[in-house]
Amino acid sequence: MSGMPLAAVEQLVKRFPLTRGVMLRRRLGEVPAVDGVTLEVREGESLGIVGETGSGKSTLARVLLNLLEPTSGVVRYRGEDVTHARGAALEGLRRKRQMVFQDPAGSLNPRKTVGAAVADPFAIHGLLPERAARARRVSELLEQVGLEPALANRYPHELSGGMRQRVGIARAIALGPELLVADEPVSALDVSIQAQILSLLRELRRELGLTLVLIAHDLAVVRHVCDRVAVMHDGKLVEVAPVEELYRAPREAYTRELLAAVPRIPGLVPSAAPASQPDAPPAGGPQSSPPSSSSST
Amino acid sequence: MSAGADVALCVEDLRVGFDTRDGLVQAVDGISYAVAPGRTLGIVGESGSGKTVAAMTAMGLTRGLRTRVSGRVLLDGEDLLAASPARLQELRGDAIAMVFQDPLSALHPLLRVGDQIEEAVRAHRGGASRAVARARALELLELVAIPNAAQRIGAYPHELSGGMRQRAMIAMALANEPRVLIADEPTTALDVTVQAQILALLRRLRDELGMAMVLITHDLGVVAETADEIAVMYAGRIVEQAPAAELFAHPQHPYTWGLLRSVPRLDAPVGAELVPIPGRPPSLIDPPSGCRFHPRCPYVRERHRTVDPALEPLAARPEHGVACLLPEAERQAIWSGLTKGASAR
Repeated sequence: MSGMPLAAVEQLVKRFPLTRGVMLRRRLGEVPAVDGVTLEVREGESLGIVGETGSGKSTLARVLLNLLEPTSGVVRYRGEDVTHARGAALEGLRRKRQMVFQDPAGSLNPRKTVGAAVADPFAIHGLLPERAARARRVSELLEQVGLEPALANRYPHELSGGMRQRVGIARAIALGPELLVADEPVSALDVSIQAQILSLLRELRRELGLTLVLIAHDLAVVRHVCDRVAVMHDGKLVEVAPVEELYRAPREAYTRELLAAVPRIPGLVPSAAPASQPDAPPAGGPQSSPPSSSSST
Repeated sequence: MSAGADVALCVEDLRVGFDTRDGLVQAVDGISYAVAPGRTLGIVGESGSGKTVAAMTAMGLTRGLRTRVSGRVLLDGEDLLAASPARLQELRGDAIAMVFQDPLSALHPLLRVGDQIEEAVRAHRGGASRAVARARALELLELVAIPNAAQRIGAYPHELSGGMRQRAMIAMALANEPRVLIADEPTTALDVTVQAQILALLRRLRDELGMAMVLITHDLGVVAETADEIAVMYAGRIVEQAPAAELFAHPQHPYTWGLLRSVPRLDAPVGAELVPIPGRPPSLIDPPSGCRFHPRCPYVRERHRTVDPALEPLAARPEHGVACLLPEAERQAIWSGLTKGASAR
């Protein structure tokens, strides 16, 4: 589970200038979004980064993927300093590190079909130039994220939020990345759809051997998906711990505060055993199969 | 628990359909509930279950040439569906008020929040002077625990954080101490920490002001600590309805089980897999035959494809209603199977 460091940031600082147009009676200056964070992502793990709005978690992720230039500090990938990567080196990194965004509607071009959106990465990187091969790969990818290949001809507005998020994921895994960063991938979705997307991410991680960074504001969400959790507050790293440890014995008061905010649901915890397949409903038998409850405790 | 003599809001067999080019969308298909003062009904369902349309209709916000509405919505005995537009205008924001999901689009972006709250006060208290309305707006901002209310009263919506905006909208809804408050996904766009604060605020205000509250959400976690009674909606119907404690202790409907198994929770084993409900909510133009949940139900039988179940009380616990064709004993067996080995919280 805990491999070599795949990606890392060291003493990372990212400040944003406060420009004139911004009111709020704050004096003009700089806002430190990320303030001296050192963190590594180990190969093969699933790392959760949790914090409130404004904690700097999204900024951290963007700097980690060279989508933003840090003010100071070092970004590493496989040990190499890639902070100022440019040109071909940066392009190579982009293929290995992909991102899934929070708002699937806002991150898809409304005038492009789903197929074209998923084919984009190939076009950008000049891969699979042959039409038929590209179309075949797009179909495969759509199937892999649980969408009908026929949806390739639809436009984003014809899809539900959950389906759009699947398209975003298909795009992100198109080039066979090593590292997938998902920024609040489910917070805009219904609970029932959230569970679908989270299981998809788990499944893809297993199938593709991905390293996953999952950004969330909710500690309950990462608990189901991640091996380690990093808690951020005001641009700083508050606590990093393996998932069992963090929930059993949170060291920091802020972590406890976040935990306390998660609504408690009374009653028994339903087991995690898979429900019987929807396409193969238990035929007629009166006592048919409540799914076995050999839970994965 | 059940609605006694003292009922603030009573919905009877409400049906709402929209004529569209593709056909009649039956968004709400015969729902009934009652909420007493000081109590909270949680309405839980996925996008497209009709939960928001039902609430908007109660507020008279879906009226139009293409809307087909039947049933009754009684606010202190007065039928809102039959009320004239002028009468509705009087009642809305006064006796009944609503908090919307997205405060940024529900608040006027070019007016200061204080002015918007004042407007709500003055709209229903014709005689109130600006000074009185201003004082009331300040009082309301303080009531909803906005820090530095005296300064924030002059802020524009975009100058406030999401949580503060939601508080401002709650303040506006409370301007005239409504008998009934409908909150539609009031915390969905917010951080969990802010969500916890807003829910605590709503509970406190409900208790202090004795409001009847309808809390609409897709997340069972949100209603768990706030609702006294819960109605689970699916495809325009209520498929299960019970006092909150009863619902969580003995959930009966396979859809409710699905929702419970989808929610991320802190008391599940670490790394436990969430179990999504397979498939998607059905089309409301051409809903599935028989039980509307049958295409997604793991326990479907042949008969369920043709027989449409009604919401019926359990024999032993009449306050608990469920619309499911599985025999009660069998449901019991399935749910204990699903929770076997689990410890109660």
